[in-house]
Amino acid sequence: MAKPIELVVNGERRRIDVEPEMPLLWVLRDVLGLTGTKYSCGIAECGACTVLLDGEEIRSCATPVSEAAGHEITTIEGLAHTHFHTLQEAWIAEEVPQCGYCQPGQLLAAAALLARNPHPDDAEIVEHMSGILCRCGTYQRIRRAIRRAAGTAKGAAS
Amino acid sequence: MSDVVLISRRTFLALGAGAAGSLVLGCRITPRDAATGTAPVFVPNAFLAVDGEGAVTVWVPEAEMGQGVLTALGVLVADEMEADWEKVRVEQAPVDPERFGKMSTGGSTSVREGWEPLRRAGATAREMLLTAAAARLGVDRSQLAARRGRVIHEASGRSVGYGELAEAAAALPLPAEVALKKPGELRLIGKPIPRVDTPAKVDGSAAFSIDVRRDGMLHAVIARCPVFGGTLKAYEDRAALAVLGVRKVVRVPTGIAVLADSTWAAIRGREALEIAWDRGEAAAWDDARIARYLNERAPAKGVEARSEGPTVAGAADGATRIERRYSVPFLAHAPMETLNAVADVRPGRCEIWVGSQSPTRLQAEAAKRLGLDVARVTVHQMFLGGGFGRRAWPDFGLEAVEVSRAAGAPVKLTWTREDDMRHDLYRPASLHLMGAAVDPTSRRVLAWRHRLVAPSILEQLWPGSIGDRLDEMAVSGAKDLPYAIPGIHVDYVMANTPVPVMWWRSVYASQNAFANEAFLDEIAALLRKDPVEIRLELLKGSPRLRKTVEMAAEGIGWGRSLPPGHGLGIACHASFGSFVAHAAEVAVAKGTVRVLRVVAAVDCGPVVNPDTIAAQMDSAVVYGLSAALRGRISIRGGAVVEGSWADYEPLRYAEMPVVETRIVSSEESIGGIGEPGLPPIAPAVVNAIFAATGKRVRSLPISGHDGFKAWEA
Repeated sequence: MAKPIELVVNGERRRIDVEPEMPLLWVLRDVLGLTGTKYSCGIAECGACTVLLDGEEIRSCATPVSEAAGHEITTIEGLAHTHFHTLQEAWIAEEVPQCGYCQPGQLLAAAALLARNPHPDDAEIVEHMSGILCRCGTYQRIRRAIRRAAGTAKGAAS
Repeated sequence: MSDVVLISRRTFLALGAGAAGSLVLGCRITPRDAATGTAPVFVPNAFLAVDGEGAVTVWVPEAEMGQGVLTALGVLVADEMEADWEKVRVEQAPVDPERFGKMSTGGSTSVREGWEPLRRAGATAREMLLTAAAARLGVDRSQLAARRGRVIHEASGRSVGYGELAEAAAALPLPAEVALKKPGELRLIGKPIPRVDTPAKVDGSAAFSIDVRRDGMLHAVIARCPVFGGTLKAYEDRAALAVLGVRKVVRVPTGIAVLADSTWAAIRGREALEIAWDRGEAAAWDDARIARYLNERAPAKGVEARSEGPTVAGAADGATRIERRYSVPFLAHAPMETLNAVADVRPGRCEIWVGSQSPTRLQAEAAKRLGLDVARVTVHQMFLGGGFGRRAWPDFGLEAVEVSRAAGAPVKLTWTREDDMRHDLYRPASLHLMGAAVDPTSRRVLAWRHRLVAPSILEQLWPGSIGDRLDEMAVSGAKDLPYAIPGIHVDYVMANTPVPVMWWRSVYASQNAFANEAFLDEIAALLRKDPVEIRLELLKGSPRLRKTVEMAAEGIGWGRSLPPGHGLGIACHASFGSFVAHAAEVAVAKGTVRVLRVVAAVDCGPVVNPDTIAAQMDSAVVYGLSAALRGRISIRGGAVVEGSWADYEPLRYAEMPVVETRIVSSEESIGGIGEPGLPPIAPAVVNAIFAATGKRVRSLPISGHDGFKAWEA
């Protein structure tokens, strides 16, 4: 067994003893018990497993944990502790979730978008968010929620 | 007619409502038994409690899979009882059929069936609290009003909270009669009340069964024969056991389970298994054979579903006849949360954590397999990361039970995406032979024929349950064609294949509405009638559906001039008690089809939550459009070919049309909302493609049609 890997997850330092090639997704879910990050395909096709690595969006199912070592990882459980909690409020205000399973990935992808581009237009939102699948059809509301969080909501919103 | 009962302390302890001095009432939301259609004897399965602090808890038997059922059913109770919504909690009723009856979620029935009994239970509680308040305040009941969790005596300005009245109310006899609120008195029903499950779904705390963790739990995946009905010949697990983290390999009825410290290790262990399968007879089946089989069955006279008036062949001299074939493929459910369950089998008992549309069925079958009394099997209902009908079958929960039993440990069984897609129970493929006789002079439709050739879900799930009789489920949406045509003849030819089949959002309405509505469009073109006009003419006897056609057409701007390559299409369908029309605008360019906008008009009777209705229309359109544009499960060598999102790709963000929902203001009977928005979307889109290009799409998916390719982002 290789030497323990050190991760910083949601601001906390964690030492774990796993194989370096284990995908970050399974380290988060099965080893650290952070089950807010979701499995859905395991091959980076749907984005349900999206987390932030130093603020950048990554697919945790296709990222060996060794690549995350030494970096800051933010999962849905940690999102509220960053300044992006406005996204969660916007998600609630727009009543985005249905089954809710893909929403942690949607929220983290949105957080990455706003970090880079605080006032995205509709085309930029659509382009950025197209990597995250939703079977319930919450896409229209996600766009509205991102615009609300960015303070660029159309019409009379907040 | 529903009944409301006072629940004894002993029984309500089982609900986890332990507080003494609570008023607890039960009522029954009657679940239809899909298999037998029988209505069971009265056993309450939904409850409300008001405790001494005035907190209100509502327990409902239905599963939350994104349709907003917890909120909707809670609102029905809370509005009638004049509860303070801020103090209402909605919880899952315990899975306990002995005490609380059967539980199932499907058929868009939750709000329809809860509408009357839940409001009545709420009104009964309100009435009892008012009576208790009259005694407490020493005034006549008629001088009191209930408002937001308090009883108010306006004359004196005194008021008393529900919490202070709960114990006294619980000692009162049940009122013989209670009056439900009039529409103008409703405070929550009809309003866009925020969903109770939303906060947990934005901070990662919402618990799906895949998120459950137990002490000592192992993570499992199962290697199953890829061919339907195949069996195990032999296997070698040495290499699998050598994978780091793999703890055990056990044999279970559906295959070989690999158990490990993590899901990842289990998946790697499974890859290292060497297995010899006996592929069985289904291995000789592929898409071509299925198509051939359905076509060979087509000439056979089917079981008659409806036979009225002149036939297509027997229509008057001078009639013009049109015959067309439509077909649709098998489809997978593919929820975002793959199938999974956690089970912990111990001597004499079993616990299961699952997201299930039929938890009592799972419980009963688990008890039978384990030789246990049902009361020894505890099922914990979790959130469902999508259901769409798939989670109504208990197979995945039973697999987890088998793995836990064989391994002697608590187990989380996860289906990978490939497992989920290749071991689903599929929306039946179908072939539709449509015929009509029309009078070209009067431009009227004289006769209609629809022969459905398709697998029977009921016969395949329960062999012998249909036999030679009519499968009413299969012809739903075909038999009840809403159009006023003098001759209507519908029959059904059962054509079962080795591919397992199941309910899929809207069940057979998804196939039958496609055939009905696409064919009617062809008839309209033959008669040189406008597609909206012909529907309005033929729907004179179905005013609710007619109104939705009018609203959808108006909403899309029917008849306006369009850019080249654009087209408008319309389709309508009544199912699950509701009436829906979709009008779609598509753009076809360079062989690609893009759906730009959909106006969804719906009459579901009284509206419980308009925001949920809009969300369910978005959802049904996306689910239906994903299937219509490129959804197809292919069979090769008796196994499913597609295994990933790349092969079976749902609609992505960039392809999402603008969906606008228009709700008919209606006091008619209440209908469902989870499914009725799906059936009209595919025909509305193919009809719009015809308007844009003059080309008919008669087989789905659209991407498989010559000359078209699904639009790619």
